[in-house]
Amino acid sequence: MTEQLLKVEGLKKYFPIKSGIFGRVSNHVKAVDDISFSVKEGETLGIVGESGCGKSTTGRMLMRLLEPTEGKVTFDGQELTSLSNNEMRKARRDIQMVFQDPYASLNPRHTIEKILMEPLNVHNIGDPKERKQKVHEFLEIVGLSSYHAKRYPHQFSGGQRQRIGIARALMTNPKLIIADEPVSALDVSIQAQVLNLMQDLQKELKLTYIFIAHDLGVVRHISDRVGVMYLGNMAEMADTEDLYEKPLHPYTQALLTAVPVPDPAFEREEVEIQGDVPSPANPPSGCRFHTRCPFKMDICETTIPIFAEVEKGHSVACHLYEESRPQ
Amino acid sequence: MLEREKILEVKGLQTTFFTDDGEVPAVDNVDFHIREGEVLGIVGESGCGKSVTSLSIMGLVPSPPGKITNGEILFEDQDLTKLPEKKMREIRGNDIAMIFQEPMTSLNPLFTIGNQLQEAVKIHKKDWSKKQIYNRAVEMMKLVGLPRAEGLMKEHPHQLSGGMRQRVMIAMALLCDPKVLIADEPTTALDVTIQAQILKLIKNLNKELNTAVLLITHDLGVVAETCERVVVMYAGKVVEEGPVDAIFKDPQHPYTRGLLESVPDMRFKKERLYSIPGNVPKPGSIKTGCRFAPRCEFAFDRCVEETPPLYQTTEEHQTRCFLFDPKEAEKHDRTIVKS
Ligand SMILES: Nc1ncnc2c1ncn2[C@@H]1O[C@H](COP(=O)(O)OP(=O)(O)OP(=O)(O)O)[C@@H](O)[C@H]1O
Ligand SMILES: Nc1ncnc2c1ncn2[C@@H]1O[C@H](COP(=O)(O)OP(=O)(O)OP(=O)(O)O)[C@@H](O)[C@H]1O
Ligand code: SF4
Ligand code: SF4
Ligand SMILES: [Mg+2]
Ligand SMILES: [Mg+2]
Repeated sequence: MTEQLLKVEGLKKYFPIKSGIFGRVSNHVKAVDDISFSVKEGETLGIVGESGCGKSTTGRMLMRLLEPTEGKVTFDGQELTSLSNNEMRKARRDIQMVFQDPYASLNPRHTIEKILMEPLNVHNIGDPKERKQKVHEFLEIVGLSSYHAKRYPHQFSGGQRQRIGIARALMTNPKLIIADEPVSALDVSIQAQVLNLMQDLQKELKLTYIFIAHDLGVVRHISDRVGVMYLGNMAEMADTEDLYEKPLHPYTQALLTAVPVPDPAFEREEVEIQGDVPSPANPPSGCRFHTRCPFKMDICETTIPIFAEVEKGHSVACHLYEESRPQ
Repeated sequence: MLEREKILEVKGLQTTFFTDDGEVPAVDNVDFHIREGEVLGIVGESGCGKSVTSLSIMGLVPSPPGKITNGEILFEDQDLTKLPEKKMREIRGNDIAMIFQEPMTSLNPLFTIGNQLQEAVKIHKKDWSKKQIYNRAVEMMKLVGLPRAEGLMKEHPHQLSGGMRQRVMIAMALLCDPKVLIADEPTTALDVTIQAQILKLIKNLNKELNTAVLLITHDLGVVAETCERVVVMYAGKVVEEGPVDAIFKDPQHPYTRGLLESVPDMRFKKERLYSIPGNVPKPGSIKTGCRFAPRCEFAFDRCVEETPPLYQTTEEHQTRCFLFDPKEAEKHDRTIVKS
């Protein structure tokens, strides 16, 4: 059995909403509200969900780029949530992030070489000569050339900049990469190049990925397991095949049937949901999906459904499956 | 099926931007037409000229630096490129309407939704009473499926969600019963569940009101689901055109085929995605030859020496690729090599 590399328990992030002239906290945005999951070594866990459901907030908390309001994150046997800032900085050598907009995260005044060198300087890896060599090596690995090292970010296309973002994340030989919408800003032809690259690198370097995206096609392609978030909660999590072939949560079902399929002959079974996502500052009582759920029952308005396994490796938070759960 | 009349025809359209870096032919010799009541899709990757094409039709190309440098846009026996701005404004208000990707930028944050809708009605129905105008605005809001229409009339744009704002924009565009609705990435900024609602709305309105729709998108899924006919653009040119079934079942241009192969499909797992090597060329950087040649696995000598024309491959299907020149067809194997 493969080992768990990352374990997340009861993770929460409440952002205070301040109001009035004294800036008193009047309410909270419950961006992430009590989610738990784990990631096995070498796998790719996809996280999907619509805008504002808390995907990025979750990703950032795992690295403690954002401090969790509550909850425990254990990585490679070490409890990250109890580390001092200094210890956490060291731990980040093993966990790196790739962002949606590499341009915004690449300093426009620095050469690519300088940008890629930085994580090595921060973590004190190698001497200057080795560092330089490593930069060139990783440029080649991500499909660029050493002569690109002297150039500046604006001289690259979107796809190339994303390759640089990936190269930077790889510089410290991390175990886990959290990729937050790494291909969302790219055109499909370039998206395919970057997805293939990430898959190749995973095999070669034995990486574990948490892949955050809103594109369900992309997530199916790259993930071994997938978690579906809705309004700060984890609605469902399962092996990719199970989730796409046999979605249990009504929200997952609706989400899957809403995706336009590139095949005019395709006839969909519609699970249409009405209305918009409610505000995370005032989430609905009980099940957060009850305001849009076509299967809503009375209990859904009053009682929060527990996120638990209903079949092997398939967890869901929905009252419809209460009975099928092992007690 | 009865052949429907062409309602809008774009012929040899060239729109150029005169920038410090030189002339950028963003749209280069583009031909297509929309028939009455049909949904035509224009699909292509970022920067291929989709928005500039639609702005050209609307007479809204930012000028300077942009200018229609060649071609005709025929609508009801008039060439829109030759109309004075005053005339064009009438057409924009009455016959051809447009909705944009980001509805927030086209709604005024200072005025209520009701205010803006009623103003729009007033422009077209100068002799209507206040009551008539109000009722028409509410009626349009209901038509596009906005809940509690009367209440929303009093609210400001920021109080609405993205999907609701896009519905308001559609309502506003449809107020004057346009013959053609141009929708430029109308759902790109929206979540999939909301996107599904808006696409369904556009399809229903097309059926009920018989409005012709020009739907511009980079999403092949949206095209497959919504359009009857498709124009594929690459680097400022139309590279393929045909009925939606033909484009998806028998894609001909190597770019179209590469594009279809590279999209991950939500319904099944592809072992590995096909990936088109390289990047989209900067507009204007390839002067002679096929613009796809640097990325095309089938490219041969002729592709860099001559510019391919659109070849009529079936009655309704056209492809800009030398492989479809009857003289070349025998010589080449057109199977895509999947890496
Ligand atoms: N610093 C912050 N202060 C207050 N609220 C925040 C902050 N950051 C995020 N939020 C809110 O938390 C919720 C979750 O945001 P998050 O960015 O995690 O969503 P997401 O799932 O990544 O969405 P997207 O798909 O749009 O990237 C949103 O409602 C957002 O407005
Ligand atoms: N105001 C402008 N000045 C100079 N060049 C411009 C201007 N507007 C557009 N272009 C150029 O024209 C080309 C076509 O742009 P257009 O906006 O039509 O692309 P698009 O297909 O709509 O792309 P997207 O999918 O990103 O919206 C691009 O190369 C763009 O850089
Ligand atoms: S718990 Fe109730 S409201 Fe929530 S998804 Fe299940 S059936 Fe629907
Ligand atoms: S004309 Fe030549 S280069 Fe262009 S798409 Fe056809 S085969 Fe490829
Ligand atoms: Mg995000
Ligand atoms: Mg555009």
